[in-house]
Amino acid sequence: MSEEKILHKSDPFDPVFRYVAFAAATLLMAVLGGIVVSLLIGGWPALSKFGLNFFISTTWNPVTDVYGGAGPIVGTIVSSLLALAMALPIAIGIAVFLTQFAPKFISQPLSIAVELLAGIPSIVYGMCGLFVLAPVFAAKVQLPLVMALSNNPDSFWAKLVYGVPNGANIFTASLILAIMILPYMSAVFRELFRSIPPQVREAAFGVGATPFEVITGVIIPYVKKGMVGVVMLGLGRALGETMAVTFIIGNSHGFPKSLFDSGSTIASTIANEFNEASGLHTSALLALGLVLFLITFAVLALARALLSSQRY
Amino acid sequence: MSARLIRRKLASQIFMVVCGIATLIALTALVLILYTLVTRGIGGLNLEIFTQDTPAPGSPGGLRNTIVGSVMMCGVAMIVALVVGVLSGTWLAEIGGDTPYGHAVRFLNDVLLSAPSILVGLFVYQMLVEPFHGYSGWAGAVALAILATPIVTRTTEDILNLQPNALREAGMALGGSQFITIRKVIWKAAGTGLLTGGLLGFARISGETAPLLFTSLGNNFLDLDMSHRMGALPIAMYNFALSPYDDWNKLAWVAALLVALAVLAVNILGRWLARDKSGH
Repeated sequence: MSEEKILHKSDPFDPVFRYVAFAAATLLMAVLGGIVVSLLIGGWPALSKFGLNFFISTTWNPVTDVYGGAGPIVGTIVSSLLALAMALPIAIGIAVFLTQFAPKFISQPLSIAVELLAGIPSIVYGMCGLFVLAPVFAAKVQLPLVMALSNNPDSFWAKLVYGVPNGANIFTASLILAIMILPYMSAVFRELFRSIPPQVREAAFGVGATPFEVITGVIIPYVKKGMVGVVMLGLGRALGETMAVTFIIGNSHGFPKSLFDSGSTIASTIANEFNEASGLHTSALLALGLVLFLITFAVLALARALLSSQRY
Repeated sequence: MSARLIRRKLASQIFMVVCGIATLIALTALVLILYTLVTRGIGGLNLEIFTQDTPAPGSPGGLRNTIVGSVMMCGVAMIVALVVGVLSGTWLAEIGGDTPYGHAVRFLNDVLLSAPSILVGLFVYQMLVEPFHGYSGWAGAVALAILATPIVTRTTEDILNLQPNALREAGMALGGSQFITIRKVIWKAAGTGLLTGGLLGFARISGETAPLLFTSLGNNFLDLDMSHRMGALPIAMYNFALSPYDDWNKLAWVAALLVALAVLAVNILGRWLARDKSGH
């Protein structure tokens, strides 16, 4: 009797538990699948009606029920890339400073502060953009620039800064986005640099390299793939961000014609219009959502693949 | 010292200064944001914020309905997220994580972890709002749960993987089934870690605005019935910040300060718990 019997006696919950846990894991996949399917079904009327035009036309007109999403799609990509360009060098600088140069009594509290700031809700960044950055930017940067260049309205610089000087434009939106992804990206970069075995660093110092040479010649190449992964993660966050952008991008549906022109992103368009939309308008917004999902999914999948190959 | 060495050392010094300046720029920007948040929010902070509902423009009022709504929706969301997240994290770490299916689950969970939250709002709108003809607190809670679950799953798996195999072997050797070993030994050993995962998830969803806009919509009156529209702090921030009224703008800042403080407190608590654990 019975060892086996005793063992089996204590078992009846095992399969149940396994099935329940399996079901929970499957639920996660089902949710992600559900998001895609629901966006596809909801967006299909608009996609099938406008076809390719949905992606290349900038006409977004709820009155005549004609929808082309090129404006928000381009706006999403442009604002995210701009934000990334602003945040990336600074994020790397912070991570390098905290892991390589700063003494422990500085780097530890700063690292914690950076990580805590990464948790501040994005709407707070958006509000700071709306109430603080936009007015200051309009009065101190945009207006003087437009005035200074007004005698030569056809020059490259005048075209670049063309726009209504109210501080709500692609550039300020990107700036706020950059500030928002900055703590997050620096925190992950820092983790990445810390994951490098100390021997690698010590060996480089041992052969007489200066700190600059150690970082650019050994440390950064060592985690190159992972760094691209972090960049993709940051990009993924910027692409899907709603609240930090909606307040300050100006919400016009055309292509942004200059750096200081108002624009829109997919997320801001959905946030602004979804509750008032009906019929084909709703469908067009869901189709935009599907586009956003596909873009972010591609970016995030790439990020995960690169990061996991780094064993981070 | 040769000229070359001097040049190399100089380059290194310059690089260090540039990195320091980058840190300084970022810190300045972030300190400015915190400063704005505190100076604009603290003035409006008083008892009425917690005892009165959101007002019409021009009349006095507070944020009671939105605070209650946020707490209720986040609470329900966290219960769901903890149950589903701990179970699926356990499945990944203890049962099926090495199968191809497990790899797929882990990968998609990571994607869901950083998926745009507004899309979750659209999904829940189509699943729960449109078919039942109405915005509701339940829908809001489900949207928040979808955002928190991947975080709990991820932390659970990470924490369980840190538990030594000796614990599992000891549990089995005493005749415990897998379920009993996991429940009484592994989960117990990982308790604080699991709690930290929950806190991180909570910190993430408590400031989420986008998914609530299309699910719970917001409500200017206190309504404890979750099948009705429900107010939430982030929605109040969104509506009040975009309004032209000064007193509403002020309330938006108070709400922002409250949410930020809650998130900071929860994050700090989570870190403190996690450190206490690793100190052993």
